[in-house]
Amino acid sequence: MIERLVLPASTFAGDIDFLFWFIHMMVGGWFLLVQGMFWYLLFRYRYQEGVKSQYVTGKEKHLKRWVNIPHALIILCDVAVIFFAVQVWYNVKQVLPEADATIRVVSQQWAWSFVHPGEDGELGTDDDIKTVDELHVQEGSTYHFQLESRDVLHSFSVPVFRLKQDAVPGRVITGWFEPTKAGVYDIQCAEMCGIGHGIMGARIHVETAEQHAAWVASNKGS
Amino acid sequence: MSEPASVHHDHGAHDDHGHDQSFVSKYLLSTDHKIIGLQYLLTGMFMALFGGFFPYVFRMQLAFPGLSVPFYGVVSPTEYNALITNHGSVMIFWVAMPVLIAAFGNYLIPLMIGADDMVFPRLNRLSYQIFALSAVIIIISFIVPQGGFGGAWTAYPPLSANADYNLTPWGSTLWLIAVAVEFVAFLIGGINFITTAMNSRAPGMRWFDVPMIVWMICIASILFMASVGPLIAGAVMLGFDQNLGTHFFDPKAGGDPILWQHLFWFFGHPEVYVVLLPATGIVAEVITTFSRKKLFGYKTILYTAIGTGILSFFVWAHHQFIAGIDPRMANVFTVTTVLISIPIAEMMFLFIGTLYGGSIRFKPPMLFALSFIALFMIGGVTGIPLGASGSDIYLHDSYYVIAHFHYTFFPIAIIGSFTALYYWFPKMFGRMMNETLGYVHFWVTAVTVNGIFIPLFVLGAAGQHRRIYNYNHFAELSTPDLQALRIVATVSLVIMLLGQFVFLFNFFYSMFFGERATKNPWKSCTLEWTTESPPPHGNWPVDELPTVYRGPYEYAVEGRDEDYWPQNVPN
Amino acid sequence: MHGKPIANTRSVMGIPTAKLAVYWVIGSEIVIFGGLIASYLMHRLAHPEWAFDAAHTDWRIGAVNTFVLLTSSLFAVQAHHYAHKGDGATAAKWLYLTTGGGGLFLMFKAYEWSVEIGHGYTITAAPFWSFYYTAAGIHASHIIAGMIIMMFIAQTAKKNEELHRVENIGLYWHFVDLVWIFLFPLLYIAK
Repeated sequence: MIERLVLPASTFAGDIDFLFWFIHMMVGGWFLLVQGMFWYLLFRYRYQEGVKSQYVTGKEKHLKRWVNIPHALIILCDVAVIFFAVQVWYNVKQVLPEADATIRVVSQQWAWSFVHPGEDGELGTDDDIKTVDELHVQEGSTYHFQLESRDVLHSFSVPVFRLKQDAVPGRVITGWFEPTKAGVYDIQCAEMCGIGHGIMGARIHVETAEQHAAWVASNKGS
Repeated sequence: MSEPASVHHDHGAHDDHGHDQSFVSKYLLSTDHKIIGLQYLLTGMFMALFGGFFPYVFRMQLAFPGLSVPFYGVVSPTEYNALITNHGSVMIFWVAMPVLIAAFGNYLIPLMIGADDMVFPRLNRLSYQIFALSAVIIIISFIVPQGGFGGAWTAYPPLSANADYNLTPWGSTLWLIAVAVEFVAFLIGGINFITTAMNSRAPGMRWFDVPMIVWMICIASILFMASVGPLIAGAVMLGFDQNLGTHFFDPKAGGDPILWQHLFWFFGHPEVYVVLLPATGIVAEVITTFSRKKLFGYKTILYTAIGTGILSFFVWAHHQFIAGIDPRMANVFTVTTVLISIPIAEMMFLFIGTLYGGSIRFKPPMLFALSFIALFMIGGVTGIPLGASGSDIYLHDSYYVIAHFHYTFFPIAIIGSFTALYYWFPKMFGRMMNETLGYVHFWVTAVTVNGIFIPLFVLGAAGQHRRIYNYNHFAELSTPDLQALRIVATVSLVIMLLGQFVFLFNFFYSMFFGERATKNPWKSCTLEWTTESPPPHGNWPVDELPTVYRGPYEYAVEGRDEDYWPQNVPN
Repeated sequence: MHGKPIANTRSVMGIPTAKLAVYWVIGSEIVIFGGLIASYLMHRLAHPEWAFDAAHTDWRIGAVNTFVLLTSSLFAVQAHHYAHKGDGATAAKWLYLTTGGGGLFLMFKAYEWSVEIGHGYTITAAPFWSFYYTAAGIHASHIIAGMIIMMFIAQTAKKNEELHRVENIGLYWHFVDLVWIFLFPLLYIAK
């Protein structure tokens, strides 16, 4: 359902979209069923002249069934939801696949700065490329990002990647993503960070291998 | 349980029975639990005017960014942040809690357990006075230099701790003081509720003869008491960080900002149930009365409430999945969070089961109670994708979250309060509310709420984040389709707010000119309906305090002429 | 207003209402101090270097204060003993002694803090000192509140009125004492 609103552009975007769809199908089915029962009872047992209500305590076995069986089924659905949720979470947040490159993402009130490895593919060398509010990555490569904050909490969110991670001052938080579709997308700050929170956006440029090489070459020595 | 002690009364020592009291001593300094309840109610309604005006301003800004908002003006980013922050704070701490817990708790607990007043009436008065002080402080915090606090109602440090970051040195400190003072008021009030319900039940009233709303308010008070302590300690630390220069939450000097999140959400999640439980209690009273049915599984409902309360202490970190906590912890909290659906779903099933075999009369209070069930279910099911860690990565801090919790809080705080107001209005003021206006108010409210929040679900799924004052700064969010959804939400909100004037007119008109109410206009079984409307100070004549013979929901008992059997009628 | 307002005087649970309320007050205080102590412990375990600052606390004054508070609790027990027997005048005397214990505690505390602040260990000096002053400060504010309430109760107890209050303030005082028993090793001994 999300994929119809926002393009999926990372390897795990599809997993998260599936999880979202799966949970909605599951709870949606229950929702319709229970609402249906609710409206039926409202209609069936509306006030009618001369019809008295019944004395029901809730201990009758044949009536309790109507609560207990759905309730047991809900627990089964819970287990299924937990299973898929943990699986997705594990792949996105708990494990770090081997990286092709590492980038640094530094947030501050109210801008993003990015440090890309230059031609040598290593961070912390002289040919690192530093940019502000503009991140360049290569399609099909796995990236580690090292997320930092200079002042308050921020959150590095790339909706097309389905990626979000808070930046905490004093810590370096490492995560990963692998872009799959070339294009230019939004980066938003997703954690309240002061009066400029509403303008704290940046753009991520996902480029093909040739484009990316050309960009790296053109920024030599910057 | 020991036998209820007989009631001891020293009538001569009471001086409040006099009829020639001044306005001040009768309405402002009264120790009568009913007057204090009404004080809380009217203060809560007054604060709701603020809490309701704020979203009008910021939704207008979102729908028509940069344009001057009628009755306000152009909204600056600082003002926008202060508006959203204080909308949340005011609605939860100064509307939902005072109305649902304090107003109805004060008004109803002594009446429903057949007591003449609270056990600590003067403490009760003090609780309201402290609360009123906190309300004054939060209003002042909005008009001080540099504006009100704008760091979101969660007040995450370092933003909230350091004026260099939030730029509102006065607003943030006053906001924190107001919240802390409010907590003290509710701790005092809560202790009073619990001890009253434990010690002052009418002769013959056993634990399971206590009406559900009394149980719910007491469980909620215990939850509040057990969860708010760490946050009070945290508020002291944050206050020191703001004003003394300590570094509890400042990582640059060895502090830890995540600690505040733990302290805040350890309180913040149980807080949801602190307001939910009284609302479900109200719904239980109303649906039994208007479907003329016994509650379907009284004890089970009670156990689900207690179970929810206990579980709610183990779910807090689902607000922090991506906040930088250990990712393995997210798995534990996903399990506990999804498990909380078990007691809550059971409770909703039992409420729906109560309708089975009934004779349902769709009076305004019943319509509100039913819409609580229908709407809260949407809020409930949309909590699952947020509690499931995997999908929360995408949905966290998006409008999906906003839509979800408004589908819980709106039924709880707004619909729940209206349910109770329409239901107990005759008891409170001795007059009936106008039914036609009640129906108009109901349909406007219950329909437009969907117009506000369903678009927000879609916007959230489209990746729109919270607390951003103008989405035109983000290319993916400034499309005409998404803007159309924002406008739909805003227009629905404006219609809903206008609809509330129908209620306000009905409320104040009926208070003075409504049809006179009898003692028991809804033919209900609980004890508050056995005294005058409105009840005198002391609730019942001194030697006529009720004795209880049965449970609170004995409707349609076989072999009786009338379809209800009040708790105080001997066998 | 004169006289008493209408208040319910039943005690269905078999526990006097005021005592029940004091138990709930203590329950809510436990979570306040619990949150504070848990926050401190989390930090302390994560930062072994805090031991350097902790070594500059004066455990001897802390120990003396522990002794003072424990003794004052004993006085509170005595006060309850005489109140139970209906001897309000003697109970009031023991309450004054308990209050005196609280006063002595505060005097030691004031001396200790002035020495520490004199050495530059202010509340902003280091996170350890922030916790040290905050935790001890919140505790001391409870001591002060207890002393004030105790003076009022002693006044009425002298006239042999409201003697049940002597036991209730005693419960509160024991709780405040107990908090100190937790704070003393955590702030002074752990190094």
